[in-house]
Amino acid sequence: MQTLSEIWFALPLIVAISLVYAGTRHEAMGVILGHAARVGGWIAGCMSLIWIFLLLVSWWL
Amino acid sequence: MATTTPQAATDPLDADPPLTLRDPALAAFLAWLVPGLGHLYQGRTAKGVLFMVCILGTFIYGLFLGGGRVVYAQWRPEKRLPYLCQIGVGIPALPALVQASRARSGKPLLFGSEFMAPPRIEPGRNELADLHLKFHRYFELGTVYTMVAGLLNMLVIYDAFAGPAYYGRDEEDEDEARAGDTGPPAGS
Repeated sequence: MQTLSEIWFALPLIVAISLVYAGTRHEAMGVILGHAARVGGWIAGCMSLIWIFLLLVSWWL
Repeated sequence: MATTTPQAATDPLDADPPLTLRDPALAAFLAWLVPGLGHLYQGRTAKGVLFMVCILGTFIYGLFLGGGRVVYAQWRPEKRLPYLCQIGVGIPALPALVQASRARSGKPLLFGSEFMAPPRIEPGRNELADLHLKFHRYFELGTVYTMVAGLLNMLVIYDAFAGPAYYGRDEEDEDEARAGDTGPPAGS
């Protein structure tokens, strides 16, 4: 449970990285927010897949 | 002063505003000094505020997680390589250089505290190990947060200097153009 609660520390980083990355790609705020949402989704999705893979490996070992 | 106009966007809400990169070199320097300041100087207020909130927020939160000790400059006996990333946020990370200099010369530390001071490593006592014991995993988390803030500001500095990468066009157009470049030339 403690490990699960620590995953929340990734959330502010994902938000900041997505917004800044998208902000350096576009000038219009609407486009920046849309791009940031997509980038944040990709990061969260990839991290979730890796987390599930590691969880399965830890069960298997 | 370089002024460019974007290509027409289908949705007026998503249209890139006219871009004026006022004194790019000075703006890049200001962007390093304080995240977002270069954009504010260029009149790109919304992006300046966005970068300032995101990067300074990340840096300050990381500093808070590590009790103000995760940002420090030290080259001997141990190289503090994360500081090379942390210095990317500019002025907020500079007190670490002053603290390192004062600690080396035996002068009283700034702020009357060990904020951003390098840990003392003496025979029989390693303060860095004490800090890890005191803050546990939050010392590493704080280090990562402050490093990410510094690295993100590198992107912001480049944006202040050269403008956004996809200015006036979608990244889908960019992907298509890139895919077209990789194909074999016709008739070869």
